[in-house]
Amino acid sequence: MLVLALDTATPAVTAGVVELTPGAPPRLLAQRVTVNAKAHGELLTPHLQAALAEAGHRLSDLDAIVCGSGPGPFTGLRVGLVTAAALGQALNRPVYPVPTPDAVALDAATGKPLLVATDARRKEVYWAAYDAAGRRTDGPHVDRPADLVAKLPAVRPAVVEAAGEGAELYADVIGLPVVAARYPSPVSLVAVAAEELLAGARPAALTPLYLRRPDAVEPVGRKRVTKA
Amino acid sequence: MTDRLILGIESSCDETGVGIVRLGPDGSMELLADEVASSVEEHARFGGVVPEVASRAHLEAMVPTMRRAVEKAGIELRDVHSIAVTAGPGLAGALLVGVSAAKAYAAALDKPLYGVNHLAGHVAADTLQHGPLPKRCLALLVSGGHSQLLLIEGLAEKITEIGSTVDDAAGEAYDKVARLLDLPYPGGPPIDKLAKQGNGCAIAFPRGLTGPRDAKYDFSFSGLKTSVARWVEKQERAGEEIPLADVAASFQEAVADVLTAKAIRACKDLAVDTLVISGGVAANSRLSSLAAERCAEAGIELRVPRPRLCTDNGAMIAALGAHLVAAGAKPSAFDLSTTPGLPVSTIQIL
Ligand SMILES: [Zn+2]
Repeated sequence: MLVLALDTATPAVTAGVVELTPGAPPRLLAQRVTVNAKAHGELLTPHLQAALAEAGHRLSDLDAIVCGSGPGPFTGLRVGLVTAAALGQALNRPVYPVPTPDAVALDAATGKPLLVATDARRKEVYWAAYDAAGRRTDGPHVDRPADLVAKLPAVRPAVVEAAGEGAELYADVIGLPVVAARYPSPVSLVAVAAEELLAGARPAALTPLYLRRPDAVEPVGRKRVTKA
Repeated sequence: MTDRLILGIESSCDETGVGIVRLGPDGSMELLADEVASSVEEHARFGGVVPEVASRAHLEAMVPTMRRAVEKAGIELRDVHSIAVTAGPGLAGALLVGVSAAKAYAAALDKPLYGVNHLAGHVAADTLQHGPLPKRCLALLVSGGHSQLLLIEGLAEKITEIGSTVDDAAGEAYDKVARLLDLPYPGGPPIDKLAKQGNGCAIAFPRGLTGPRDAKYDFSFSGLKTSVARWVEKQERAGEEIPLADVAASFQEAVADVLTAKAIRACKDLAVDTLVISGGVAANSRLSSLAAERCAEAGIELRVPRPRLCTDNGAMIAALGAHLVAAGAKPSAFDLSTTPGLPVSTIQIL
């Protein structure tokens, strides 16, 4: 089956066309990835169009869409989700949300317990922990790197390596060897949802993993303009 | 040429709107659907629109609102001829949801995309109710986000801002005064209601920027809001009861007086005989009655679309899209950017 994979939960604007066949690993047909935290809105649709064109396919050839559901900086994250949702509606195809760090964990796949940390800005990271088989054992959460380090001893099995841009940025605080998997790849996004895709399962709701509440303060009393 | 269906998507502030307009071969327009999902209640306790709250609500509402609009219009999405979307001005994160969705719909349906100006859309909304605009006309846009005087020389051709607020938007002043009087958010409707029981001449609140050396067509509402606050505090200090209805009526009178006086003056100066008033505050009863009175005196035709068309919606964006399609405008590129500070002179972003 032909699957479009999208992710905008990291600075990488990611679109890829992936062939998924039962009993075989997903195969990348074409992808367009640009690392630019400010360009998700501009680039995502041109990227998916270009990837499809390179793969020799049209949007109507797609059987399903997979989209990273974060966590990630909100503004960019929403671009991927609303794009996937609108495509799914217009093409009448299912859209499967995939936690973004799950895909990064698959990309890293070193066969050891792993921490995935992506950049949450404001000196924080989004993180999740995985066992040797790549199953998520904790998270995703959002924390300052030092607080994450304080929580790691409780994570079982103990993680021995780290992946993701957050792991690189705060490598000195986190203190784990960093493996090279910075952003989620289209193939891994599809691999995370492969079982559901092949079974034609009903997709989960396309809900972003925000992990933070909106910044908003309720006003308290009214400001005086004259001296009391 | 047959009918063309134009889809409009709006997400610049706190309303997720999808409108569908049928554009006839003769340029006639018929509104088929105008679905809006509002997050206004989620902002009420904050006393103003919280951008992140609005953006989250847009993401949730986009697909359901689209579904309702398509059902209401009795069409299939694939029957759509082109897709127009608000590309600015507005809240950055909010705009991005609508524009991203519009790109995806246009790509999936293989239809042209038009990234358009929200302010021009407010004026275009009037043509859905009152038909084509004359060659030249003036538009007064008043809402929680805008207070502008625009010279319209073709909705798809040329729009020039001749005046705007130097501080608060008119609707913002309403919200702030409402808070001062312990009235709910948004402040427009409760102040309007209360003002009907009060005397608009009871308190002489200042008319901003109306001095002989002030900018002729610009507005200022910040001083008015402060002076209402001062007046209320003075009464409180003196232990006097606050005549809420009179305060509301006198505040409203000051706003309506300045808005209409400047609009009429601009019409006269620019030799324009049609005035369109649109935006959320256009529904204000004193603004519309005073505008009607003064336009009649000055021999100016006044056009105010029904309230549903005045507030932010997808129909106005579909209408503007229809004007652009009818004028043979080139579609926007798929790498279209949102522009939170888009000037009204840019009717479409290519
Ligand atoms: Zn508006």
